[in-house]
Amino acid sequence: MATSGPNLGLGSAVATALETADNDRGFSLGGGLFNRGDDRKTVTFGDSAAVKSLPGWSVVSLIGMIALWFVSTRAWGLDDVWRTTGDSQQTFLANCDKDPACAGSYSQWLGYRKFPSPGDTWRGFRELSSEGFQNITLWQHTWSSLSRVLRGMFFGVLFGVPVGLAMGLSSAARGFFDTIVELLRPIPPFALIPLFILMFGIGDPPAVRLLIFASIWIMIIAARSGVRAANLSKVRAAYSLGATKWQVLTRVLIPNALPELFTGLRVALGVSWGTLVAAELVGARDGLGQMIFAARPFFRLDVVVVGIIVISVLGVLMDVFLRFLESILIPWRGKG
Amino acid sequence: MKDLSVKNLEMVYKVPKSTDVHALSDVSFDVPAGRLLTLLGPSGCGKTTLLNILAGFLAPTGGSVTLGGEPITGPSEDRGMVFQQGALFEWLSVEKNISFGPRMKKADKAATEANVEELLYTVGLGGFGDKQVYELSGGMQQRVALARCLANDPDVILMDEPLGALDALTREKMQGLILKLWKETGKTVILVTHSVEEALYLGDMLFVMAPRPGRIEKVYELPFAAQGLESDARELKASAEFIEKREEVLSLIWEMEEEIMGRN
Ligand SMILES: Nc1ncnc2c1ncn2[C@@H]1O[C@H](COP(=O)(O)OP(=O)(O)O)[C@@H](O)[C@H]1O
Ligand SMILES: [Mg+2]
Repeated sequence: MATSGPNLGLGSAVATALETADNDRGFSLGGGLFNRGDDRKTVTFGDSAAVKSLPGWSVVSLIGMIALWFVSTRAWGLDDVWRTTGDSQQTFLANCDKDPACAGSYSQWLGYRKFPSPGDTWRGFRELSSEGFQNITLWQHTWSSLSRVLRGMFFGVLFGVPVGLAMGLSSAARGFFDTIVELLRPIPPFALIPLFILMFGIGDPPAVRLLIFASIWIMIIAARSGVRAANLSKVRAAYSLGATKWQVLTRVLIPNALPELFTGLRVALGVSWGTLVAAELVGARDGLGQMIFAARPFFRLDVVVVGIIVISVLGVLMDVFLRFLESILIPWRGKG
Repeated sequence: MKDLSVKNLEMVYKVPKSTDVHALSDVSFDVPAGRLLTLLGPSGCGKTTLLNILAGFLAPTGGSVTLGGEPITGPSEDRGMVFQQGALFEWLSVEKNISFGPRMKKADKAATEANVEELLYTVGLGGFGDKQVYELSGGMQQRVALARCLANDPDVILMDEPLGALDALTREKMQGLILKLWKETGKTVILVTHSVEEALYLGDMLFVMAPRPGRIEKVYELPFAAQGLESDARELKASAEFIEKREEVLSLIWEMEEEIMGRN
C-alpha cells in the first residue's frame, strides 16, 4: 500500500492525495476536454493506466454521428421526397396510392425506403409521443418493454442467484446443476422463440419467460463465481470468530459476492434488452420491438429509427444507473 | 486459561496422481497457557498445516490436539486467527470488523461498543473506527485484524506470518504491538514467521521445524520476549546474546536448506 506518491504539482490532486490514506486512488490528473492532464509520465503508449477516455472526443464523435446522419440523408435526397409531402408521410402515402404514376414508380418506393433524416426522425418522435403508432404511444411501448425486462430479470435473479450460491457451496449442487447449466446456457434465446410461442402463446408470457431464460444462466454463473471468489482466509476468519454457516453465508459470502453479482446484473440486463426486441418482433402486441416490426410494412422507417434510438438510449441509461448504484452499494470494489 | 497439547500429530496430504505429501510427522508438544510460541522453518515444512490443524480448519490424519483437555474438532471462538492479509471484511467499517465476533453472538450492544472503542486505542487506531478498511495501510489493516481477534476474547491467538506482507519499519512497530498485547492480555500466542529475528524477538519459546516430513527439529526457550518490553527493541536485537542466538538458528536453517537442495 503506497503511503506517499509523486507530487504532481496539481494543487487539488495533492490535497486529495494527502487526505486519502492510499493515493493510488483519490487522484485526479486534472485534465480537460482534450487534455489528459499532466502526470509527468514519459511513456504512455502501452501504459493502460495512462489512457483515459477524453470527454472532448466523445462529444466530437456524438456530434459527428449526428452530422453524418444529417448530411448523408440529405445527400441521398430523402428529405426532398418527404419535404414535398409535408409533415405527414401517411398523407403522402395515401396520395401516392391514388396516383398510379407515384405508386408504380420504383424510385419513389426507393424513396420511402431511404434512411430518415434527423428532422424526419424528430417529427416521427413527436408524433409517436403524442398520437402514437397504431394508437399506442411510444411511452406505452417503452413501458411494456421495460416492464418485461424487469420482470424477466427479477425472476432470473430470484431463481438464478440461489442456484449459483448453492453451486458455490455444495459439491452435490455443483454436480447436479453443472449438467443443466452447461447444456442449456449455450442455447441462444432466439432459438427458443418458436417453441415459446407455441407453448405460451403470444404477448407477455413467452416474452417474459424468454427473458428469464436469457438472464438466469448469467446470474447463476455470477453467483457461483462470486462465492468462489471469496478469499478462504475471510471465510475461515469468520468461523474462528464464532460465525455459524448461515452467518458466513449472509455476512461474508453474499456481501463478498456483490461485485460479481452486479457484473452479472449488468451483463444480464444487456442480454435481456437485446433478446427482448427479438422476442417482441414476433410474439407481442406492444413493446419497442413490436413497434419497430409493425412499422416496417408501412415504410415508417422514422418509427423504426425512433425505436432503435430509444432502445439504445435506454440501454445506456440502465447501465449508467446500475454503475451508479454499484458505486454507492459496493465502494470497496477492486480495493480488497 | 487453557493449555494446548499436541500428541503424535500426523498429517498426510493425498495428492491425486502423485505421491502423498507427509506434511507433519509425529509432532508432539505442549504450550502452557500464556506462552508465546514462534514457529520457524523453511518453506514447506508444515507450519501453515500445523496452524490450520490447531485452528480446526484441517483434521489431522493421526494424533490428537486438545485445548484445556477438550479435543479440537473444528474452528471455534476460543482460538482466534490472524492471517497474513486479505482476511478483513472490506464491506464493513473498521469498527464493524472489530465487533464482528460479538455481533455474531448477539452480545450486548453497549458493552461491545465500549470494548471496541477500547481496543481501537489498544492497537493504536483511536479515531479510526469509522474508516473503511480499504482506506487503511497494510500495517493498520493488521492492527484491525488483531483487534478483531481480541474482541472475541479467545484463549489462543494463532498467527500465520501476520507481518509477512509489511515493510521493514512497519514490521518492527507491529512486533512491539504484538509483544505488548501478549503481555497485557496474557493470552497464548502461536506465531509463524519466516524471519529469524522476529522469531527470536517475539517468541518466549521457539520451534525450528524441518521439512520432509515436517517435524520439530529444535526447541528453544528464549529470554528476549520478556526483556523486549522494557528495553529498546533495536538495542536488544543488537545485543551479543541476541546475535549469537540468531547466528545459531540461521546456521541450523542453512544446514536444512542445503540438505533440501542436495536431495533434489
Ligand atoms: N492442500 C494440500 N494438498 C497437498 N499438499 C499440501 C497441501 N497443503 C500443503 N501441502 C504440502 O504440505 C507441505 C507443508 O505445507 P505448508 O504447511 O503450507 O508449509 P509452510 O507453511 O511451512 O510453508 C508442503 O510440501 C506443501 O506442498
Ligand atoms: Mg505457510
